[in-house]
Amino acid sequence: MDDLYRELILEHYKHPRRRGRLEHPDISAEEHNPLCGDRVRIDLRIENGIITDARFDGRGCAISQASASMLTDEIVGMPVEQAKQFSKEQLLDLIGIPLSHNPVRIKCALLPLKTLKAGLYGVGHAPDDDEV
Amino acid sequence: MTASASLSLFDIVALRREFPILNQSVNGKTLAFLDSAASSQKPRRVIDCLEDYYRRYNANVHRGIYRLSEEATFAFERARGKVARFINARSQREIVFVRNTTEAINLVARSWGDANLREGDRILLSIMEHHSNLVPWQMLAQRTGAKLEFLPIDGEGRLALDNLDAQLEGVRLVAITQQSNVLGTINPVAEIARRAHAVGALVLVDGAQSVPHMPVDVQALDIDFLAFSGHKMCGPTGIGVLWGRRAILDQMPPFLGGGSMIKVVGLHESTYADVPARFEAGTPAIAEAIALGEAVDFLQEVGMDRIYAHERELLGYALERLRDVDGLRVYGPTTTEMRGGAVSFTLDGVHPHDVAAVLDSEGIAVRAGHHCAQPLHAHYNIPATTRASFYLYNIPEEVDRLVAALHKVRTLFG
Ligand SMILES: Cc1ncc(COP(=O)(O)O)c(C=O)c1O
Repeated sequence: MDDLYRELILEHYKHPRRRGRLEHPDISAEEHNPLCGDRVRIDLRIENGIITDARFDGRGCAISQASASMLTDEIVGMPVEQAKQFSKEQLLDLIGIPLSHNPVRIKCALLPLKTLKAGLYGVGHAPDDDEV
Repeated sequence: MTASASLSLFDIVALRREFPILNQSVNGKTLAFLDSAASSQKPRRVIDCLEDYYRRYNANVHRGIYRLSEEATFAFERARGKVARFINARSQREIVFVRNTTEAINLVARSWGDANLREGDRILLSIMEHHSNLVPWQMLAQRTGAKLEFLPIDGEGRLALDNLDAQLEGVRLVAITQQSNVLGTINPVAEIARRAHAVGALVLVDGAQSVPHMPVDVQALDIDFLAFSGHKMCGPTGIGVLWGRRAILDQMPPFLGGGSMIKVVGLHESTYADVPARFEAGTPAIAEAIALGEAVDFLQEVGMDRIYAHERELLGYALERLRDVDGLRVYGPTTTEMRGGAVSFTLDGVHPHDVAAVLDSEGIAVRAGHHCAQPLHAHYNIPATTRASFYLYNIPEEVDRLVAALHKVRTLFG
């Protein structure tokens, strides 16, 4: 079967870990993929430079939504400075999609990371904005 | 149409062999190409025709005094004649070669629109239009102060014409698709044209999805402009057609300025060529135009009636089989009456991109997204659909594979 739809991705798509909104989040960002209409919003709670809670919301394909679920799970407990450095390679590794995969689907997978960076740096200010 | 009028399965086997690209595997499965509404595949003779031009008689047209240029010019103009006969134009002077449907519509908006529309004039469109028959009119409205009006659709995805006469008030131009690239709906263009002409409005028809799939006769429809693309009708990319009524084209100012579109050029002003040259500035897509002529010959030899009947049979079979898939919703008419072979659908709980990705892993090529019709998707309150679309080379077995793969998607995401 298609290597994209492995257990892990389907599991996170069907049972997302951190779907929802935070009340009064410290940071909230939303990004779209105009090509397919995918939308991801990420809310963050930050205390003493550490991400202490995260939620995501949005709609889109299994890849973008599972990626958001795994990413928000991963960054809770992480220092903001470390989250800012979180790379696309790390994310693809986390969700188990090779970078060599269809570039359209890679864009779906990376949408949550783009959203996270937009939140942490401000929209359009992430250093690797072009790539993410 | 009767079954005997359509292509027999024997014909199809021979016909499929004419399309080299169909003879390949994708992900270990025979390619099932179900995305012809986006762009069709090309028969060998069209591919050969392109190569023949570059190998034997490549030269610019309408300028050389030498043999090759004469031959290229002759073939280019002969292609114009073939296209004219294909849509029953009164004269081949009514055929303007452009890049695609999009450019044809922009040409009319820029040339006719800028010269004729004033603040408060109205343009009537429908909510099922492709962006290429919407955005040029939005831009024209912004330049001139004209207003856009939209025909609604009913629950079956057909144009609701109950208020047409009221909506036509103050309308100078109706721009409407003959066949929706999402819903498959075939619109009653002749009737709309008759009622539009009664109030003095002109009628532009987006034929991108109709001209490749059914007989289209501009005189019988009694319309004013027709736009279509070569790449969706077995021809190459980069060549499209604007047909316009001669009397209207004659009155229209140029679109792009440059070589070929002039009579006499001075330092400060120029006079312009007659149509169609007036609208064909610069070196045209010569090889592509000639190959479009070849594609038209091919389609006519198969027969547009038979192509329409064949797709209608496939469509009927697909609509029936798709009813068996749990949670699947087809958008557009539920019968084959006045409906072409583009079938857009959603599957409960599965994003259209995921559907398309799983189908791809089965060697089935379909399109997922908004298909350049965002307002129509907004009408249904969905971001995207998955679309399977048929052409003359598709077979019932491909519908079976589509349905089987959709059951697989269900299991995977269930
Ligand atoms: C109904 C309709 N109109 C216009 C177009 C635009 O065609 P092109 O991209 O060749 O200009 C398309 C093709 O996608 C279409 O389906």
